[in-house]
Amino acid sequence: MPKVTLIEFNGTDHTIDAETGKSLMMNAIDNGIPGIDADCGGACACGTCHVFVEQKWFDATGESNPLEDSMLSMRPDREEVSRLSCQIEITDAMDGMVVRMPEYQM
Amino acid sequence: MNQIADMPDAVETPLDQIDFSDPRLLKDDSWHEYFARLRDESPVHYQAESPFGPFWSITRFEDIVAVDSNFQDFSSEPTIIIGEVGEEIPAEMFIAMDPPKHDVQRKAVQGVVAPKNLEEMEGLIRTRVQEALDDLPVGETFDWVEKVSINITTQMLATLFGFPFEDRAKLTYWSDIAAAGPQMTGGDIDPQERFDGLMECLATFTQLWHDRKAQNDDGFDLISMLQRDPATADMVDRPMEYMGNLLLLIVGGNDTTRNSMTGGVLALNQNPAEYDKLRADQSLIPSMVSEIIRWQTPLAHMRRRATRDIEFGGQQIKKDDKVVMWYMSGNRDERSIENANEFIIDRANPRHHIAFGFGIHRCMGNRLAEMQLRILWEEIMLRFSHIEVMGEPTRVNSNFVKGYETLPVRVHPL
Repeated sequence: MPKVTLIEFNGTDHTIDAETGKSLMMNAIDNGIPGIDADCGGACACGTCHVFVEQKWFDATGESNPLEDSMLSMRPDREEVSRLSCQIEITDAMDGMVVRMPEYQM
Repeated sequence: MNQIADMPDAVETPLDQIDFSDPRLLKDDSWHEYFARLRDESPVHYQAESPFGPFWSITRFEDIVAVDSNFQDFSSEPTIIIGEVGEEIPAEMFIAMDPPKHDVQRKAVQGVVAPKNLEEMEGLIRTRVQEALDDLPVGETFDWVEKVSINITTQMLATLFGFPFEDRAKLTYWSDIAAAGPQMTGGDIDPQERFDGLMECLATFTQLWHDRKAQNDDGFDLISMLQRDPATADMVDRPMEYMGNLLLLIVGGNDTTRNSMTGGVLALNQNPAEYDKLRADQSLIPSMVSEIIRWQTPLAHMRRRATRDIEFGGQQIKKDDKVVMWYMSGNRDERSIENANEFIIDRANPRHHIAFGFGIHRCMGNRLAEMQLRILWEEIMLRFSHIEVMGEPTRVNSNFVKGYETLPVRVHPL
């Protein structure tokens, strides 16, 4: 199980043993990590599981699709390394990955 | 609309003899059985005739998410209600635009509800709520809609726009007439009155724009923000775009939160055990707010238009067909929401509702709406042990706005 660290906006960090084949969002929810709302339940339709992937891990998270890009484009706080965590499928290559959470999900 | 006949029996009538666009379904709160049948028997349902023309009804939660997320096949143009808006006022609002135009316009104003601005607004909104609640007549029955829901929402809107406070009732009026055309939603407004009212709205806001510009301060009201953003700094010179976006924000901030403010009081009265839970544990307010919004679903539907022939849910939807997503029905769909027909203020996943829509048109003011309702309930709990409903509510005559005209209540101080 790859270890993934999620850092809340206030700096609190949480390292979880992530389950491969499942989304980062589902892993965060299953581990009770605050800061990921995931209102739509993983349909890439709400933008409330936004994370910033630490640069060196960004390529490991794969390509975003046009719908994810549309949802992210509505976020005023979007950065180059923004992703929706429901669209990141955990793989063994992500062992040690760090993602930060935004101030607010909206 | 021709509404002489009684509504057909909800259980016995063949589905093709029921008009699901009839505003009486909301006016009488009789929609539950009709839409439960659609979800069970015909979840992607074609209605060949209605006063608003033929349309498809989408009634299950997952199907609504699928349509709402697919802006390529299901366009928001030219409008997002079942009826037509008419061409007398070609207001341009981004809710009724597709990408890329939608994205540019939405981006220009969405900073208004960014976290930093919400924080700045919270104190002011709380003061307004406190004043409104402190003025309520104790010991007598009054109309919650007028004295609280409309009063507070209008004050908040005036604050958001930096609108002259003494004239704020105009905002409610413009919001009401904007969405109440008979050919639009089955409402009652006279088309000439609507036209005149909206022209007055535009003239007033144009003057407000120039006055604000002359003041040259750095306010966090919506108009100052539009003036500061390079993409919208000259929006006043594009009147139909300026008005369209104003109306979107006025209606979006008015009909919605106002009716959730009333719906929450009603739901707690109908579910006294939930009221007891709230009084015992006020940390439930945020999850209750989400549950109230789900329960009320202030906007009953959004409409799309198919951009091509497409198979959906086993049905053949033709290019240009109207496709109506019934949010109120999706929010009562047991397939996606456990105990969907119960009001539960501490349910496990209260944010999983469809009242804000999904996809690129998802409600932009969702966090502001939640903040307003949270502040209202925090301040209610500091003052009143109970808001008692004293009679039946009267509801709005519309197939779009799911809301209240009146709700008689009494407040009981702590």
